[in-house]
Amino acid sequence: MKPSLGASALQAVWPLAASILIGLIMFKLIGPWSGGFASKVMLVAGINIVLAVSLTIVNGFTGQFSMGHAGFMAVGGYAAAMIVYYGSMRLWGSADFAGGVLSNAGDQVSFTGPFIGKGDWLFIVACLVGGVFAAIAGYIVGLPSLRLRGDYLAIVTLGFGEIVRVLLQGTPDQIQPWKAATAKDVPLYKLPLMLGGPKGFNLLPIYTTLFWVYLAVGLTLILVYRLKASSSGRAFLSIREDEVAAQAMGVDITRYKVRAFVLSSFIAGVAGALYGLDIGAISATELGFQKSFDIIIMVVLGGMGSISGATLAAIILTILPELLRDPPPVWPAGAFVLLVMVIVQAVRKRWNIKSLVVMAIVTAVLEAARQYCVSKGINIAEYRLVIYALMLILMMILRPEGLFGVNEIWDYLGLRSKKLAKRVRRSQKGAAA
Amino acid sequence: MTQLLQTLVDGLTVGALYALIALGYTMVYGILKFINFAHSDVFALGVHMTIVIAGWLGVSAMASTLPPWYIGPVVLILAMLSCGLVGFIIERFAYRPLRGAPRINVLITAIGVSLLLQNVGQLKPFFAQSLPRLHIPFGPYPSAIPALLPDTVLFTVANVQFTLVNAAVVGTAVLLMLALQYLIYSTKLGMAMRAVSFSPRNAGLMGINVDLIISMTFVIGSMLAAAAGFLYALKYQGQAKQTADSMWVMLGLKAFVAAVVGGIGNVRGAVLGGLLIGLIEFFGVVYVSSNYRDAYVFAILIIVLLFRPEGVLGRATVEKV
Repeated sequence: MKPSLGASALQAVWPLAASILIGLIMFKLIGPWSGGFASKVMLVAGINIVLAVSLTIVNGFTGQFSMGHAGFMAVGGYAAAMIVYYGSMRLWGSADFAGGVLSNAGDQVSFTGPFIGKGDWLFIVACLVGGVFAAIAGYIVGLPSLRLRGDYLAIVTLGFGEIVRVLLQGTPDQIQPWKAATAKDVPLYKLPLMLGGPKGFNLLPIYTTLFWVYLAVGLTLILVYRLKASSSGRAFLSIREDEVAAQAMGVDITRYKVRAFVLSSFIAGVAGALYGLDIGAISATELGFQKSFDIIIMVVLGGMGSISGATLAAIILTILPELLRDPPPVWPAGAFVLLVMVIVQAVRKRWNIKSLVVMAIVTAVLEAARQYCVSKGINIAEYRLVIYALMLILMMILRPEGLFGVNEIWDYLGLRSKKLAKRVRRSQKGAAA
Repeated sequence: MTQLLQTLVDGLTVGALYALIALGYTMVYGILKFINFAHSDVFALGVHMTIVIAGWLGVSAMASTLPPWYIGPVVLILAMLSCGLVGFIIERFAYRPLRGAPRINVLITAIGVSLLLQNVGQLKPFFAQSLPRLHIPFGPYPSAIPALLPDTVLFTVANVQFTLVNAAVVGTAVLLMLALQYLIYSTKLGMAMRAVSFSPRNAGLMGINVDLIISMTFVIGSMLAAAAGFLYALKYQGQAKQTADSMWVMLGLKAFVAAVVGGIGNVRGAVLGGLLIGLIEFFGVVYVSSNYRDAYVFAILIIVLLFRPEGVLGRATVEKV
């Protein structure tokens, strides 16, 4: 029985519509309401969510440890920057901002441009092409190296990230905007190579706004969630659990690993494009293995294999440096979390006093630490990376599965599983009888 | 001819450093079958400790006269001991609790330890005011590497100078590698280490204290890395220490490539790999382009992993299902 055309059309279209709606809400309502600094943090958090979720496909679903994710981000970012910059120069003669309302990151009130400008189309094309370039890079890296075992794959991806960085730093200087007229003289095959070298590719027009970032966030989350539930996703998960058993079940391991790699590189490339066109400059120096480690920490903290975990961890780890700069009092947040835990336990009628006590102690300790640091004038922000490192080590020893493990947040809150739980209970009763 | 010989000399000198660090990677992999990402940071710590200990012993980088000849070996021994202690602490508290854990967890822990070592040295401790001399190892204060050996030229062949420093670096490295060779193949401790790397469980059944052997392996590896750090400081004496130690970590990372290229788990392979990578890097820089210095080494890594993943001297292991 085929589903009706209307229903399937609706199911195909609603993710895009929902993402556009979320983007518009973030851009028009929440952005201006929270002020300049907070919207900047939300923008960075959005990009980090996209990166963390894309790495979850490879590290979490497929169990392959890739340590060169920033390299794909760099490839995508540079490709998009190149298209926007040189494309603007050759099409319109100048590298200035030519977008519409949706891309205008500045003052909304005095902007007089169209709703979707010609620069916006170039920007969209640039992001997608950046993703495609990154996907090609993922294919080139993945196809030969996915035969290798865990440790070796990590090293090869690390090496690839470094090679990308070194190669991008060796490119010749870019054409400056005041010399845009000369861009028409440079032959088309030479233009893409002039990427700025060690100084990075700068003076780009800024197109990224909360709208585009959260559009990407929505699309990525829905894409990856549906991927996990699809047959490809089941193949990925089976590779993670036991490669030999998956092969015995007919899963072509190399093909699916490469598929995971290419998909995650595509999304990382798009994120890189958004990242580069947000600051207006992209430099391969800052997209080395340090950035790869940042993304890996987000995925590991959230739980490798959990989309909601990666999202939550990306948000937490983006906000954390800002919080550490000027630490606010811990006890309001701690009290709030404690209240939520009490309510959840009361609703489910399953009391866990130990967790409440632990939460209270943790809040007290953090508050005491904060008071001590403030009184002694110690700047905690300097210790941020040390805290990350210690947190990583302790987590691997005490709770290696991360915040959520391989489950999603709704598995813990029991939101979706009431029907499932009833079915399980009924089957258990049947088995016992 | 001059350039060729100069490149050869430079490449072999740096290759000796890579070999010393690669030995640490290889020994740990041979015993625990895991890649200790934090090892490159132990090397960076070794360079740090050399500068610090030399400072404590009264050697100043601004001094016009060189210190007496016995300061050098004393600094070397103290640096080796302190880094050996750090290696012991890392193994005891970060790796031992994860002895049976899945590979990926240990890898992430190693990354965590690496980050920790890199960033602890950058901190400015808040007790610095009360203990003035203690703050030297910490904090991003620039300081110059003190000169420990006279820069006399021993002999010149075809316009290339062989200095005392070069001879000392290569000589010490060779001495340490011979000592390690003797240790592993001619002593009881070495036999125990080889037994544990072959099969930890059976070695335990035969009465070997496996935990102790593993700790010793880490300590010896860290001591070699510290020696490499001392030799690095010796070779580049008089220069200012970079506040970003990422350059030293990059050197350690290249040594890791050397270990893999030579055949990880194989002691002789580590030495061969170190020399190979040193030569390749310097020949690439001189004869091709100095822009892509790091890329040559990583490109060799990828080529070796694709076509001969067990390394030059390694043995291909068949994965049994």
